[in-house]
Amino acid sequence: MSEKRRIVLEFDVDGDNFVSAGKASEAVKSNLKMLGLPPALIRRAAIVMYEGEINMVIHAKGGRAYVEITDQEISITLKDVGPGIPDIDLAMQEGYSTAPDEIRALGFGAGMGLPNMKKYSDSLEIQSEPGKGTTVKMKIKL
Amino acid sequence: MKISKIAEILEAEVLCCDGHTENEVMSACASDMMSDVLAFVKDHAVLITGLCNPQVIRTAEMMDIVCVVYVRGKKPDAMSIELAESKNIVLMTSKYRMYQACGLLFSQGMHGGDCLI
Ligand SMILES: Nc1ncnc2c1ncn2[C@@H]1O[C@H](COP(=O)(O)OP(=O)(O)O)[C@@H](O)[C@H]1O
Ligand SMILES: [Mg+2]
Repeated sequence: MSEKRRIVLEFDVDGDNFVSAGKASEAVKSNLKMLGLPPALIRRAAIVMYEGEINMVIHAKGGRAYVEITDQEISITLKDVGPGIPDIDLAMQEGYSTAPDEIRALGFGAGMGLPNMKKYSDSLEIQSEPGKGTTVKMKIKL
Repeated sequence: MKISKIAEILEAEVLCCDGHTENEVMSACASDMMSDVLAFVKDHAVLITGLCNPQVIRTAEMMDIVCVVYVRGKKPDAMSIELAESKNIVLMTSKYRMYQACGLLFSQGMHGGDCLI
């Protein structure tokens, strides 16, 4: 009988510090590397988590990230108590962004984050309530 | 194409990880928008950019990018260099502008990989 894998990682994502944005994704990526998962899968997980983490920093003043790795999947949950997304279908459109110019000057805010998260995950679920916050759940099958 | 060849073509100054310049680059991407990079980059790429903040290196690390070229003589901050060193990403700076840098690399056989949308 083989051992069942279940690794849980949790991170605080600091919303006041753009420079440190991506640290959680970086840590998850090195964990996935240590587990010896296929590089293409690791890259997809890194992309979707990093886009989601950046979104929490630039749109929601930070939040928390939960990552669970089992034998079947990588599941990434990003929770914030930011302003929420009033129209998710609109937010999902390529190029749609409410990011201010100063964020664009930093290389983000092209409105490609959510489309990237959809493209590179096997499932993407967004729950959001204006004024209350947003929870993004993504899964990548192993 | 070897990273050292890229440095030669672009007359670039290598800023860190010069022990890795014999590594091969398989494709190239030029952008100042990190989400574009996250959307389209292929394996073992070089990123050509005019953007100098640490998120460039974070993006590069997520995409397994092995080399970042800063154009217009730009130089990254100390934190970018430190991050790149810890991830073995070669950084270099070239006096050429983005358009020229891309043109030079392309004409020497460095094509973009499957960068078409
Ligand atoms: N966690 C979040 N909280 C609030 N709004 C968000 C969040 N994530 C995304 N959004 C909204 O969805 C839009 C599109 O997101 P995205 O595709 O990542 O593009 P970008 O981040 O470049 O603006 C954002 O501009 C923002 O209005
Ligand atoms: Mg985004």
